[in-house]
Amino acid sequence: MEISLLLEAVYQKYGYDFRQYSEAHIRRRIMNRMVMSGLENVSQLQAKVLSDEAFASKLLQDLSITVTEMFRDPSFYRSLKENVIPILKTYPFIKIWHAGCATGEEAYSMAILMQEEGLYERTTIYATDFNQQALNKAKEGIFSNGMIKEYTTNYQLSGGKESFSSYYTSNYDNVIMNQSLKKNIVWANHNLVTDSVFAEAHLILCRNVLIYFDKNLQNKVQKLFYNSLINGGILCLGSKESLRFTDLYDEYTDVDNKQRIFKKKY
Amino acid sequence: MNYEAIVIGVSSGGMNAMKILFSALPADFNIPITIVQHISPRSDNQWIKLLNDKSNLHIKEADEKEKIEPGNIYISPPNYHLMIERDKTFSLTIDERVNFARPSIDVLFESAAEAYNNNLIGVVLTGSNNDGTKGIKRIKECGGLAIIQNPETAESSYMPASAIAAIKPDYILSLEDITELLIKIDKQNNNPYELNNQK
Repeated sequence: MEISLLLEAVYQKYGYDFRQYSEAHIRRRIMNRMVMSGLENVSQLQAKVLSDEAFASKLLQDLSITVTEMFRDPSFYRSLKENVIPILKTYPFIKIWHAGCATGEEAYSMAILMQEEGLYERTTIYATDFNQQALNKAKEGIFSNGMIKEYTTNYQLSGGKESFSSYYTSNYDNVIMNQSLKKNIVWANHNLVTDSVFAEAHLILCRNVLIYFDKNLQNKVQKLFYNSLINGGILCLGSKESLRFTDLYDEYTDVDNKQRIFKKKY
Repeated sequence: MNYEAIVIGVSSGGMNAMKILFSALPADFNIPITIVQHISPRSDNQWIKLLNDKSNLHIKEADEKEKIEPGNIYISPPNYHLMIERDKTFSLTIDERVNFARPSIDVLFESAAEAYNNNLIGVVLTGSNNDGTKGIKRIKECGGLAIIQNPETAESSYMPASAIAAIKPDYILSLEDITELLIKIDKQNNNPYELNNQK
């Protein structure tokens, strides 16, 4: 109850809408922030959120999902190469929408894949998120060295053709992604909950974002994806996400059900 | 007391522990069980099939938004946190690791405590880190029942010992005795009369 009041207040004051997010997730994040900031209850936290914009921005970071990996689920990328790239090859230009890109790791993965398939020159990747701070980090393309070992393993397991280290430059504790990868990525602020149709996309990737939404919101966002895809366009979801409980289940055919890759019917 | 759910946390030594536990539960065991087992992010679900073959109950990976039903054993998928919502459905998240783990036992236990309050049983089994300690504490605070594997009987004693150090458990038992206790509780759940007569 207290939490739904807080989310209502955040929406009214700042326009960010978490009212239809998974409650357990939101509660966990809010409790963590409460403890870290030495607050005693949710009403105290609400008062602070409404009066202190810096604090509100912190809470916003808490509530948005910024955990991601390069080539997360290598078998997904293998299927993408095998089953989706041949379809994309038939288009003179390719528009990819990466919805909920967070700090950009998966968008860079996609850029690498398209480069290796010789398609990157005619591709535009629209990578969007509502979290501007995450987007800024994505744009920089600087990632912690500590993760690179895992990313390299993921890349190799995904069937990467090059040496992964050829895609970045090491600099002390960080790596900087190559400029050539950034070239055709357009980073843009877009909120799946409150904004509308984005582009006429050939391929939409939105992986591990919808799990944070309740069923109604999932359904709403699925409609947005459906309306943003060309006929025959491809939709990729996270490995635990499905279309089964949405109104659009019958509007797609399976490309690879296990990897959650679907094709919009003509 | 009517118990609506059991949550179990298990880490190293978990495969053997689960084999013993699940092969001993009868087909009419009713209370739904949800488990976090620490596993590699790239693990497939082959081992769930193996466990399922040995069990009288239906063991499956928990799906997001899935409704929790009696007679099932749900296992957290690799590389996701598993949470229980107040409407008794599952949520998955890819949030940061907690106690170096994803799935984390604390994340499941803390959400389950909010969802079930005192109608919840929390069980901490063998393991070599302290995941589950904060979670079982939360379960106790919400009035639930805490059962911890006797560290002396656990393949890895650290995790149950850590839980015992943090709370006053209702039971500290061997795996075999935990199984027996759960079966007894489940029977009392189904026959409230029996429980009253015992009192």
